[in-house]
Amino acid sequence: MHLNQSTVQARVNELYEGKLELMDVKAALKKYSWLNDYMWKLVDRNKDEFTKKVAEDYSGGYFMRILPGAEVSFPLQSCLLITQKNLEQRVHNIIIAEEGSNAHIITSCLQHSAVPKASHLGISEIYVKKNAMLNFTMIHQWSENTFVRPRSAAQIGDKATFVSNYVCMRPVKDIQMYPVAFCNGEESRVSFNSILYGHKNSQLDIGSKAILTGKGCKAEMISRAISRLGSRLIIRGLIEGNSSDCKGHLECRGLLMDDQSYMESIPELIARRKGVEITHEAAVGKISEKEITYLMTRKLTRDQAVSLIIRGFMDVGILGLPDALNAEIKRIVEASTESA
Amino acid sequence: MEIYAICLKRFIFTQGTFVLITMDVLEVKNLTVNVEGKSILRNVSFSLKAGESHILFGPNGSGKTTLISTLMGLPSYDVVSGTIHFLKEDITQKSVEERAKLGLVVSFQNPPEITGVKLVDLLKLCLGKKTEDAFSTDEQKLIEAFRLTEFLNRDLNVGFSGGEKKRSEILQLIFLKPKLLLLDEPDSGVDVESLRLIATEIQNYLEKSGASALVITHKGDILEYIKAKYGCILLDGQFHCFTQPLSIYEDIKKVGYEQCVACRRRIVRGWKSEQRK
Repeated sequence: MHLNQSTVQARVNELYEGKLELMDVKAALKKYSWLNDYMWKLVDRNKDEFTKKVAEDYSGGYFMRILPGAEVSFPLQSCLLITQKNLEQRVHNIIIAEEGSNAHIITSCLQHSAVPKASHLGISEIYVKKNAMLNFTMIHQWSENTFVRPRSAAQIGDKATFVSNYVCMRPVKDIQMYPVAFCNGEESRVSFNSILYGHKNSQLDIGSKAILTGKGCKAEMISRAISRLGSRLIIRGLIEGNSSDCKGHLECRGLLMDDQSYMESIPELIARRKGVEITHEAAVGKISEKEITYLMTRKLTRDQAVSLIIRGFMDVGILGLPDALNAEIKRIVEASTESA
Repeated sequence: MEIYAICLKRFIFTQGTFVLITMDVLEVKNLTVNVEGKSILRNVSFSLKAGESHILFGPNGSGKTTLISTLMGLPSYDVVSGTIHFLKEDITQKSVEERAKLGLVVSFQNPPEITGVKLVDLLKLCLGKKTEDAFSTDEQKLIEAFRLTEFLNRDLNVGFSGGEKKRSEILQLIFLKPKLLLLDEPDSGVDVESLRLIATEIQNYLEKSGASALVITHKGDILEYIKAKYGCILLDGQFHCFTQPLSIYEDIKKVGYEQCVACRRRIVRGWKSEQRK
């Protein structure tokens, strides 16, 4: 189901030779027997009906490996496209950032808007090894009839950093995800950032979980969410501190644009060792009238002020991307908020 | 050619000043303002001439901020009666944005922090530019003079110190090219150097543009830079003692607002009774 899969992959492998490997996960399993140790290691195949379905049968998925010490400085689009109708896409992806590597990966899952009904079940298992940095940005552009259940988990090694960005701008029927990061390595870091724009009756239940076990590890979660036109958004976040010197902070800000929509923020903090330092701040509500008036004193109309505040609110700067990628994602975000 | 241009500029400038001087930029008549049902300003009247600056003194809670907020048309300041004319136009019922577009601007004492909105983008909007447009050399110089270059890509007022907020406020106002500046304590929470910078730039703008200013202050330092002919005290919702601002300030320092007002009331009465004779 990955459009033009072979040709795209061949080109990517050629471009990034010696830095990165990209292939279908089934082909990769044939090529590398060790890859079996990475399958279903972080995600439990019996977790729910969706993981069970993928474990039973899956169409493929991608295997991506950033080679030791490699720096991949620009994005890789690993597009998963749905073009057939009534399709239930089941994929299993494995991403390995080898020791000392540094990469920014942008994946976008797209669906052709003519497809009336579809569902996407995706398992992703991500390994960030010692001293590696992986910034992984997912942009979801589903259609109004898509049912989406990603199940992702990441393991972060010593002094490694994993940044997981999730951007969802287009309406979607129903999405529920709660990716987890296991900070097992010493001084490992994880950041979850999400920019969510719920409109046209979208149902979004998006969370992120960080399990801090390694010595001196840190977690940071930032979400910015807008709910309008009958959308329901639930934003969850859980940070669990299992080592005495770990730190975590969770920030959730939501804007509710009308009375037909719904926004719920559920932060959870768990501490199991003394000296754990975990905090959260959450705010949901309407746009501040003081901010609108302030901008109106600068010659902006009310509408211009509101749109400036919303664009600022959906600030792609929180994703920690290089400038060129930032500009690209900013363009997507602004196009979506303006057309609505 | 150059000489001709200079002459022309001077001619326009003099003509402009000549016309403006005779004109009231702001005229407030019998203004009564309530905030949350409580009467704050009671039947106040005053006018401000083009090219003039006016200093407004008064203890905390006397209604100074209410006055300039009402002039700007900010919400939750209810005009119970009276009118506000700006450049001969009745703006009493006009929206904040309409007033801003007519050339009325206000600096906030506590401007809001707006996450994600970059100072650079707001400055460009103030200049009437698009976000992709560049600053001119002069604009760039002014940003540098205000020591705001490194704040350009920061979120508006987020983590700014008191002085940084004030510098950003005043620069925005100058970029808006207003005809009347309403300045709410531009000197509070500002270090000596920043004060000199802010006040000098305000005065520069006023001189160059022929605009007017209404300045609220508790301190005298700003009077060294802003050339204001008149000042007055706002107390109990009413204006008192229109006179030279430095002398008002000296008197307030010596005897306090209440006594200062009482004393000058006598002077005013005396002056009036003399007139009657």
